[in-house]
Amino acid sequence: MSTLVPIYYLGRKYLVPEGVTIMSAVEYSGHRLIRGCGCRGGFCGACATVYRVPGDYRIKVGLACQTQVEPGMDIAILPYYPARKALYDLRSVQKPVELLHSLYPEMFCCLGCSACTKICPQDLPVMDIIAAAQRGDLQSVAEMSFDCVMCGLCASRCLAQMVPYNIAMAARRLYALFILPRPDYVKTRIEEVRQGIYQDQIDALLEQGQAELQKIYAKRDIECI
Amino acid sequence: MPYPPHFKGSLDRVNATREKRKTEEIERLSDAERTKLIADFHPDYRSEGMAVLQIGPNCGERVPVEFARALESYSICDPDQLDLSKPDYTTEVLIIGGGGAGCAAALTARECGADVLLVTKLRLGDANTLMAEGGICSAIRPEDNPYLHYIDTIGGGHYTNIPELVKTLVMDGPEIAAWLMEMGVIFDYEADGSLKVNHCGGHSRKRMLSCKDLTGLELMRVLRDELRDQEIPCLEFSPAVELLLDNNGSCGGAVLYNLETADFTVVRAGAVILASGGIGRLHIQGFPTTNHYGATADGLVIAYRAGAGLIHMDSIQYHPTGTVWPEQLLGQLITEVMRGHGAHLVNLAGERFINELECRDTCASACIRECTERGKGVKTPTGHEGIWLDTPLIPSIRDHFVGIYQRFKKYDIDIQQEPILVYPTQHYQNGGLSITADAETSLPGLFAAGEVAGGIQGKNRLAGNSLLDIFVYGRRAARHAVEIAGQVAAPGRLSLEHLHKYHAGLNAIGISATRRSPVLLPDYTPAGLQAEGL
Repeated sequence: MSTLVPIYYLGRKYLVPEGVTIMSAVEYSGHRLIRGCGCRGGFCGACATVYRVPGDYRIKVGLACQTQVEPGMDIAILPYYPARKALYDLRSVQKPVELLHSLYPEMFCCLGCSACTKICPQDLPVMDIIAAAQRGDLQSVAEMSFDCVMCGLCASRCLAQMVPYNIAMAARRLYALFILPRPDYVKTRIEEVRQGIYQDQIDALLEQGQAELQKIYAKRDIECI
Repeated sequence: MPYPPHFKGSLDRVNATREKRKTEEIERLSDAERTKLIADFHPDYRSEGMAVLQIGPNCGERVPVEFARALESYSICDPDQLDLSKPDYTTEVLIIGGGGAGCAAALTARECGADVLLVTKLRLGDANTLMAEGGICSAIRPEDNPYLHYIDTIGGGHYTNIPELVKTLVMDGPEIAAWLMEMGVIFDYEADGSLKVNHCGGHSRKRMLSCKDLTGLELMRVLRDELRDQEIPCLEFSPAVELLLDNNGSCGGAVLYNLETADFTVVRAGAVILASGGIGRLHIQGFPTTNHYGATADGLVIAYRAGAGLIHMDSIQYHPTGTVWPEQLLGQLITEVMRGHGAHLVNLAGERFINELECRDTCASACIRECTERGKGVKTPTGHEGIWLDTPLIPSIRDHFVGIYQRFKKYDIDIQQEPILVYPTQHYQNGGLSITADAETSLPGLFAAGEVAGGIQGKNRLAGNSLLDIFVYGRRAARHAVEIAGQVAAPGRLSLEHLHKYHAGLNAIGISATRRSPVLLPDYTPAGLQAEGL
């Protein structure tokens, strides 16, 4: 990684090592980031980046921590993008799909342009997610949007001016609450703990010296993979 | 960046031995063997990496050199220049930190009817919680129970954990799982409608609940959404840079620093919950880290200056499987659940060398031994070294490990076909502020939850136990902070007097006044890297 290539960060030219991520390149250029940098591992969506490369008229995007620099790349890391989030109290919901539609009626203004899908740095089928939300198919929304890092790029491009990632967020929570099973054994265990069933067993261990604990630990049976 | 050509010989051996390794049994180590392996190879035992603290509540104790430097530094604010008599904000409970523990504390304090303010260094949710891949452990299955979870946790921590804190952790576990489900977290399920549970190092039962390999992301998204639904006030890009004491010596607020305008803000509070996370971005012993950009031990520093005691700060967790190649992903986490699903640790010659379900400190030490004493590591063109995590052994990688699969695909590495090159990476601070089972520190009015707190996990944390601990102690801290805040009849005069004393102490041991902390953010510009010797 010793060859240097030119990049333009906020319009100014810098020479950076070939192959590094956009985030490393910007730091190599002397910028200490405050906004536009978070987990540095592709999970948090803080570093949504828009760029262009020479010879291509199209706008491109990526997460700065996950995208390698290309020679001549013209880069801006988005510090923030305003987004509407509807407020709700999920505990009082009766009809999840009706609620979702009333929280975000703008989803029905989708023009089908697919700009959201094209821009998603996680390669999520954003337009299909919105179509599933319109149909009230919460499971499909949840499955298709599960890897969403809420970076905001879809909201920045939507012609209908909606915030797809917040719509998917509400749909996922509704899916978890209304469709996923809630196994009884969880409740049973909580009840057992409340009744103090494990209290004496564990308190007995608190009395033990290390030698005794070591014996119990070494002898414990281990479930197979 | 696919694998360089000179890896081919080793990759061929890994491929050639795969079938045979499937049936090979590797015995777990005895207590004595494990102790020796760790003492010989774990970074905590390198004496040159440690310094003895010369000041403060833990004076005389060993801690990592980089952490000692952060503790033994002057404040970034001048106590004489701040007007504390007219606070900018007044609240019953102040929560410092916007990760899992901080959000759980804010929601719980609100549930108890308190007036809450949450402040955080970066955005709400920017924290290590969000980066957790594997999952959260809770003894909910009929085949499991809190007693077994207790034994595993205390044995895994080499009997150094504070027993009362472990008991609280495992007993509150099932309730926390239910709390998360009721908030709308999408956990993984089996076809029969039971919750999917994963195996991982040191646990004797499958008890890790997961949300694919993006568990932390899912938890954090839901918590953040709920915090916004409840309109809990939140100040972003405003780290706490000092704690305030009142004239009774209790913690009564904090000084915040706006990272963008460089202004100080004074907050008065009835009680303070510190949930500011860990230490990874101080790069202990030069190790890369899996941690978030903001993990610079700020909370530990300001609490220590105010007089709160630490525990187990000589103990750092190195995750056995941090990425070594491609260079761009250096140090990033490869979840332990991959080993729970059958991936082997394999050396240059295609041989296994440790039972993959040993605890993290044991596996990490074994990986270091392979690359040092035994000379069986794979060297990269950039001067790093690693061993293989043989991922092609895992059936249906793309169902459970979609995040990791995607990350490597960008560099033309298909982890269904090729193993991942890994080496231990700094992952977690086992120690932290010493707390009670109610999460109160030794400083009255100051509570601590999450990675900033210590003693729960002992000197080695098991996988899946920290996502549990942040919620258990975040919720407990909130309940007790609300009680304490309610008891403050007439708020006392706020003071930074403790800084004067601390600064005088630093001066007495000859520390230069140019040394300042908290660190707030690492500096990865060429000048910053040079200054840190990285």
